[in-house]
Amino acid sequence: MDPYAALPLPQSAFVLALSLVLVSPLALAGVALMNAGLGRSRSAAQSMLGTLALIAVAVIVFALIGAMFAYGDTGYTFTVAGRPWNWIGAGSFALRGFSAETVQTQLGTLFQFIAVAFVVLIAWGSGADRLRVAAGLAAAAILAALIFPMLSYWAWGTGWLTQLGLNFSLGEGFLDPGAATVHVLGGLSALAIVWIAGPRRGKFPKEGLSTAMPGHNAVYVLFGGLLALVGFLAWNMAGALMWADLPPTELVVTAVNTLLEAACALAATFAVTRIRFGKPDASLCANGWMAGLVTSTACAAVASPLEALLAGLVAGLITPLLVELLELFLSIDDPSGAITVHGVCGLWGLFAAGLFASQQGQVLAQLVGIAALLGVIFPLVYFLFWAVNLVLPFRVDPDGERIGMDLHELGGSAYPEFVVHRDDSYR
Amino acid sequence: MKNAGLLVMPAGFFLVVAAISLFDGIAMRSIFVLCGLAVEGMGLFLAVRGHMAMRGEH
Repeated sequence: MDPYAALPLPQSAFVLALSLVLVSPLALAGVALMNAGLGRSRSAAQSMLGTLALIAVAVIVFALIGAMFAYGDTGYTFTVAGRPWNWIGAGSFALRGFSAETVQTQLGTLFQFIAVAFVVLIAWGSGADRLRVAAGLAAAAILAALIFPMLSYWAWGTGWLTQLGLNFSLGEGFLDPGAATVHVLGGLSALAIVWIAGPRRGKFPKEGLSTAMPGHNAVYVLFGGLLALVGFLAWNMAGALMWADLPPTELVVTAVNTLLEAACALAATFAVTRIRFGKPDASLCANGWMAGLVTSTACAAVASPLEALLAGLVAGLITPLLVELLELFLSIDDPSGAITVHGVCGLWGLFAAGLFASQQGQVLAQLVGIAALLGVIFPLVYFLFWAVNLVLPFRVDPDGERIGMDLHELGGSAYPEFVVHRDDSYR
Repeated sequence: MKNAGLLVMPAGFFLVVAAISLFDGIAMRSIFVLCGLAVEGMGLFLAVRGHMAMRGEH
């Protein structure tokens, strides 16, 4: 029996999609490097080990529990005003029968494994320098077991968001080639973690301005952005093939748009920081680059090159301003900038996708999706994390924060041969 | 105050759900969806204010 018989895609498209999915983890590698570089030198090893551990836990929990809710031909449904609302999948426990599924379903599940790893990685970066690995693992387990699978079913499966077009005549339903389910969820989880763990000690004194705590390695941060480009190119093209139903012949435009959005966002952030501070800021420019990539995940598949430039420009303009706003005025200590870069720019990309799409009602479908992310997913994530924090504190004790997460949690430093000077910004 | 703000946010979502369930016209749906998003925004604003009030605790 031909295993590709059930596929609507030709065999060559399937092979292409599989290849792209296999390259996409380079985006995770890039984000992991950025997270480590934007944190302090005394927490770098904990950041990288935490990255691997969180990915491991997320993948295992998703395989055992999460995949059950993310997939399934028959989901749990209730009816409102005569219309069905499919809210969670009803698949098999622990991937039972996975090898007998169609290859397209298997490919979708593989994509979800990488996506769930990406989500926990984004959230992990914001807790740098004070979030304990054990608490990070618990947060990753919650995201992988319930939140990500539910949102994935809504946006990628046969859930109510994808059915908005069919049931409510809203365009083609919520369009999400990976921005909502990965980046916005990661950004909102990052905000929940930052709120629960609190800022780094000395970051926001009772009086006066916040204390600057720059990242320890700008080269990691900038190279991470470069590495992420390769991953995002693959990720966006795979997402366009699988979730936006784009034919392979239109993928080159998606790749060009991805590049244009990142380039334009970087140029905008470069200009803004040059004007604001007199010199371009390396870490903010890297964040601007990443913001362009995140925005491209949402809208590169539906935008023209000119529209992609516009989307990137907006992302690049808002990133440095919002990072500053969060830190200076809203007392939110987000070392990796994930709330702005992945959360806010992901939301902007989703809205832009509605603007650029040709179908009538698509903007409204995107707004409904955004409302679900902010009105259901974010409070749910926050209260679940808050409950976990009661039994497994997110924040390390003051002594651990003082000596650094590497020594406190791992017993060794990331840079044992370097003399670590007293951190002048530490009060 | 932070928790209260976060509890307001789902109310905005239910307004959005009501809008697309009860109305057929694009104009009414749009208005109510935007109202729902505004309610979510107010909830988020309240939560942020609650967080800012705790400044200096760590």
